[in-house]
Amino acid sequence: MVALFEAQEVTKQFANHKALDKVSITVPEQSIFGLLGPNGAGKTTLIRIINQITAPDSGQLLFRSGKLQPEHIYKIGYLPEERGLYKKMKVGEQALYLARLKGLSKADALSRLKKWFDKFDILPWWNRKVEELSKGMQQKVQFIITIIHNPELLIFDEPFSGFDPINVNLIKDEILDIKKQGATIIFSTHNMASVEELCDHIALIDNSKKILEGSVKEIKEEYKSNTFELEFINKTVNIAKNLSADFEVVHLEIGEEFTKAKIKIKSDRSQNDLLSELIPMVSIQSFNEVLPTMNEIFISKVKNNE
Amino acid sequence: MNKILLIIKREYLTRVKKRSFIIMTILGPLLMASVFIVPVYIAQLEGEPKNVGILDETGLFYDKFENTENIKFLVLTNDLETAKQNIANDNLYAILHIPQTELSVPQSCKLFSTKQPNIIVKGYIKNVLKKEVEALKLNASGIDPDILKSIKTNINLFTIRINKGGEEETSSTELSMAVGMIGGILIYFFIFMYGSLVMRGVIEEKTNRIIEVIVSSVKPFQLMMGKIVGVAMVGLTQFTLWVIFTLIIVTTFLSFFSKEISSYQSSQLKLQENVVPTEQLESTIEPGNANESFIAIFESIQSINFEMLIFAFVFFFVGGYLLYGALFAAIGSAVDNETDTQQFMLPLTIPLILSIVIAQFIMVNPDGPAAFWLSIFPLTSPVIMMVRIPFGVPYTDLILSMTLMILGFLGATWLAAKIYRTGILMYGKKINYKELWKWIRY
Repeated sequence: MVALFEAQEVTKQFANHKALDKVSITVPEQSIFGLLGPNGAGKTTLIRIINQITAPDSGQLLFRSGKLQPEHIYKIGYLPEERGLYKKMKVGEQALYLARLKGLSKADALSRLKKWFDKFDILPWWNRKVEELSKGMQQKVQFIITIIHNPELLIFDEPFSGFDPINVNLIKDEILDIKKQGATIIFSTHNMASVEELCDHIALIDNSKKILEGSVKEIKEEYKSNTFELEFINKTVNIAKNLSADFEVVHLEIGEEFTKAKIKIKSDRSQNDLLSELIPMVSIQSFNEVLPTMNEIFISKVKNNE
Repeated sequence: MNKILLIIKREYLTRVKKRSFIIMTILGPLLMASVFIVPVYIAQLEGEPKNVGILDETGLFYDKFENTENIKFLVLTNDLETAKQNIANDNLYAILHIPQTELSVPQSCKLFSTKQPNIIVKGYIKNVLKKEVEALKLNASGIDPDILKSIKTNINLFTIRINKGGEEETSSTELSMAVGMIGGILIYFFIFMYGSLVMRGVIEEKTNRIIEVIVSSVKPFQLMMGKIVGVAMVGLTQFTLWVIFTLIIVTTFLSFFSKEISSYQSSQLKLQENVVPTEQLESTIEPGNANESFIAIFESIQSINFEMLIFAFVFFFVGGYLLYGALFAAIGSAVDNETDTQQFMLPLTIPLILSIVIAQFIMVNPDGPAAFWLSIFPLTSPVIMMVRIPFGVPYTDLILSMTLMILGFLGATWLAAKIYRTGILMYGKKINYKELWKWIRY
């Protein structure tokens, strides 16, 4: 795993509170890195530090193992959560201006923009004022501006807000496509479903401290609670009573056809032991391990941290 | 550097292309030119002379009324009642009735008209009557009018400044006052108009939420300076266009209507003579005297050091704007919308308004301590120094003032940049001075 970006022990103190307290993250190259945390945890501050909008009080920032330099802003694309455009300015003119601020030449910016505008079906709006565009279209323009200079590192803060489900899929596909082409993406969101869907790695920041970091797979593995879900046909048997003390029924739901149960294995017994106890009692339809969702991990970690 | 140019270009072009800019650029000179043109036009409209009938029962005055361009006098011979009845038929604007009366009580004269008589007609008649009555009284008391005329004196005090080399320069206090005041007022308006334009631009970027997108590409300082310089260029463009358009309109007008204007001016001279009730029996200025005072004005225009004046004007015009522009930008960055700007505007508007108010006292004593201190303090110097310069300012004062102006600008920009970079990313928080102080120290 090659790290594209690293933050080491980054601390940022504002007048009244500490926004970041020795936060370190490692963003592997060509991955989607989820930056998670409750509101006010310090995510935006960290993102602004990566974008060199604000400077950290202490700590190291590395881009491709070298120190983060002012020129690196041309290699970074940033879609802030609070985003907007000049309302009275024409769409094309404005996109051109912002693309050129990212270091593109006029001709280069123009040809790239036209291509993207065409792809997103907003080319007819090129000469219209921004205020005439719908919110979804404005978001498309914002997205194009973020990626127009082919950055190596992309930072998306709540990229799907303001999009309808069709456009959410459009943007999602674009993000995955950009990743496939070699870019690295930092993705900050509260939408845990999209974290599950997109992210390879995550870091969880709470109360200005990083409290969790790793690949999504490993984290889920680590935080699984050894709970299994099964469906069976026999209704009358009270499995809770008949199982040995090592197994605890945490959830029981009697339906028309099947009974659903969640059973937690307490000691170092295996799921085969559980099965062997169950098989004589009921006829099993399905048996699965329950993996924690990112949502559950998020909530339990943040609650424990309080 | 390249990016600052991009920002300046955007700030400039978006504003110059605005409809309101184009309308103001065209309307401004038209308004200014109309100050010259409208009175002449109106004077032309009043081409038809007004007929005033005179019913003079004393027989002393009727031949004293001379026809002017606007008034034609007719002597009526019938009695008052018939004259009043025929006022419309005879096409009379008014009837002046001078009854048989004692000279000491000339109050009984009456002017009858169908409409309210205008001030020119009324003033002219009053003036003639007054002159004649006074002449009659003088005659009656036995004073020779020629003696009285020789007593009348017109004093023209020439002011002559002796410069360091001992050479004498003719100067005019009134002219210096006018030149200084105009320069000061121009700077005042420019700072206010375009300073608040900078502030509104910053607030716009904040409320649009485009700011974070931009500062991820450029430094906040670059954005702030780009905006200030861009808006300054908008102001200079508008200013230059105003001057050019006004000159074009006025000169075109002058060349077309030069004849009318000269007659208008002469009629205005007469008008002034007629309307203004004067104590003078004769209000003519000796021709030699008039010439002399004209030369005096001309010489005092020459006595003003125009190179220095223009240099100082451009310097304080630009310097004052940059200094205030930076502070206006800082205010814009600290608030969420324009209504919140009030509390922070005060420290900026007070020195500006104060300098305009105090300017007239500075002109009374342009070398006094108040003039000195206010003309070197960067927040008041743009206006006050402009007021002082036409009176002659020691070079040491000027250099001190300009140095402090540059330092003030650097200081204000440094201060503004600190507030700006924190403020632009701060939302939904009511900012007070304590908070600003924290941002500066931070």
